[in-house]
Amino acid sequence: MEEKTIDLRPVNRIVSEYGNDKDSNLIAVLQQTQDKYGYLPKQALKEVSRLMDVPLTRIFGIVTFYSQFTFTPRGKHAIKICSGTACHVKGAEDVKQVVKEQLNVVEGETTADYQFTLETVACIGTCFLAPVMMVDEKYFGKLTTDTVAGIVDKYSGEKT
Amino acid sequence: MLKSLQSYDDLVSMRKSHDKKHKRDTVKVSICMTGCRALGAEEVYDEFRKQIKTQKLQDKVEIVETGCQGLCARAPVMTIDPMGVFYGRVTVDIVPDIISNTVLKGEVINKLCYAEAGKKIPYLKDIPFYSKQKKIVLRNCGIIDPKNIEQYIARKGYEAFAMALFDVDPNYIINEIKNSGLRGRGGAGFPTGLKWEFCRKAKGDVKYIICNADEGDPGAFMDRAVLEGDPHAVIEGMLIAAHTIGSEKGFIYVRAEYPIAVSHLKNAIAQARELNLLGNNIFGTGFNFDLEIKMGAGAFVCGEETALIASIEGKRGMPRPRPPFPANSGLWNKPTNINNVETLANIPVILSNGSEWYKQIGTKNGTGTKIFALAGKVKNTGLVEVPMGTTLREIIFDIGGGIPGRREFKAAQMGGPSGGCVPAEHLDLPIDYETVKEVGAIMGSGGLIVMDSDTSMVDIARYFMGFVQDESCGKCVPCRVGTKKMLDILTRITEGNGCRSDIEDLKEMAYVTKTASLCGLGQTAPNPVLSTIRYFMNEYEDLLKTGS
Repeated sequence: MEEKTIDLRPVNRIVSEYGNDKDSNLIAVLQQTQDKYGYLPKQALKEVSRLMDVPLTRIFGIVTFYSQFTFTPRGKHAIKICSGTACHVKGAEDVKQVVKEQLNVVEGETTADYQFTLETVACIGTCFLAPVMMVDEKYFGKLTTDTVAGIVDKYSGEKT
Repeated sequence: MLKSLQSYDDLVSMRKSHDKKHKRDTVKVSICMTGCRALGAEEVYDEFRKQIKTQKLQDKVEIVETGCQGLCARAPVMTIDPMGVFYGRVTVDIVPDIISNTVLKGEVINKLCYAEAGKKIPYLKDIPFYSKQKKIVLRNCGIIDPKNIEQYIARKGYEAFAMALFDVDPNYIINEIKNSGLRGRGGAGFPTGLKWEFCRKAKGDVKYIICNADEGDPGAFMDRAVLEGDPHAVIEGMLIAAHTIGSEKGFIYVRAEYPIAVSHLKNAIAQARELNLLGNNIFGTGFNFDLEIKMGAGAFVCGEETALIASIEGKRGMPRPRPPFPANSGLWNKPTNINNVETLANIPVILSNGSEWYKQIGTKNGTGTKIFALAGKVKNTGLVEVPMGTTLREIIFDIGGGIPGRREFKAAQMGGPSGGCVPAEHLDLPIDYETVKEVGAIMGSGGLIVMDSDTSMVDIARYFMGFVQDESCGKCVPCRVGTKKMLDILTRITEGNGCRSDIEDLKEMAYVTKTASLCGLGQTAPNPVLSTIRYFMNEYEDLLKTGS
């Protein structure tokens, strides 16, 4: 699939912010690039490769290694369901199943209307709230299969 | 703008002037604004601010945004001093009552108090959850505003570092840390003083200090709490390490999943620079040291030190064989000292109070305290710091308040995916590095998940195997293939399709993976399987019976 042309000026800005210490800032540059575009567009990666003089293969190696990075556009809201140990023993699997059915996606996928991306994270460190999920930067704890559906509904109802 | 500190005296006078400023007759309301945010602490805080302003109580009441106060199960929590009242599950609509009754009149609101066995306990000091703990690393956590360096200095912050710089020489510090018996709190338990000595003796002009804050174990949130609640303690520990080893540059490698920790760290570093506690010519002594934050990008294996180093270098976070150890050849092949967050936060206290004092706490093999993240099927989930040698029973039942509902304790999972499940028969075991290992778990970083009679132990083994299989970096075959094979077998068993030979196969695969893997991830990956086979074989048998 051919990507539509994107504005590459942000990549220039990000790379120039990190100055000379090229090698060690590659991951930070990619993180910032993803923050800017919401994912890592191929054109942006080619630009990073050109500006930083790093082979595209090495960038590809890094992007596929770290779970934070993604090549595909994300939804408007990121739903992160915690699958840490405490959440697991307190029924995170059942909660996740409800969300999956509600949004008709599996983990890592984005809904067709680009409203939601469903992710699981190994632990977000709020085990006392187990089972817990985050929608964007907001935490929702002590979830049950009943409460979780309402939370997702609330976000679906928002006007874009 | 803060005035930069030129001498030890400047630091002390800053502390004293802060004391003077705050010796007024104010009521102090400390609200946890870190973990408790998840249950509405910010809204409560805003309401407090609003009420104080409209009621013109600014001179009488001081509101402090603190880090974790420990009893997360009661979130959002607050402490009101000087009375020492502890409230939990505070909501916005009750804030006016708290101000009119407790803040102004000292009267307790019963329904916000912690209760045990039907009895309300209004004062923090009387709550067993707190009274049985010993807070050394968490000395400031939940008490000071972590975004305010003056509050850290007011509690003698950076004075241990000043002492290291002015009063003693590096060899003295290494001997003190060695004598204290401090061992790495990240999980492996290597003696910290020895590590520092190796790095100090290593040849090289350029040396690095790294703080490992890549807390990736599911079920662990100790380091998160320390970074969020007392970031300066970690920075001070790094400064002391840097001066002792002879390093001018440090890195803090922190998980991107911890946004509050990252923001508090950034703020703390900026404030320390303003006071010239970081930067060039610190205290006018010619000592230079500065810090940089590196954010992880979601790879559990980066908690392993050589993988972490690769990640800081901008590469895929894959481990390499040791030796050479990082102390001799680490970041960019320079001598590098890596310590965990909790280890570093111990350093200033050891130096201030002396190693003899520190040694009195804990056991022979494990001196000092350990922070545990208590979670799972236990009433008082939260953050707990106890002396080493405390028993699981004390942690889970006295501090943790026991198991909710009418169910029974079955096991405690210690050490996350590298650890094991400790069954009820070992509840009275005094916990230290060695004893925990003997019963098939590891101290690990401090995640402690309580499991009750509802939890299937085979499912837990499968859960952890799924985690490590997913996180295995794929560099070495035993880990990459071994974890996948074990996961397949465990999945088969939990689905009721296992066969008798599966247990022997699991044991053999576990042995190979443990023995032949390159790094700690693979070497410890089989532990949850082995420990559940050891203590809960009956559950495997039940599943095998239903299967065939």
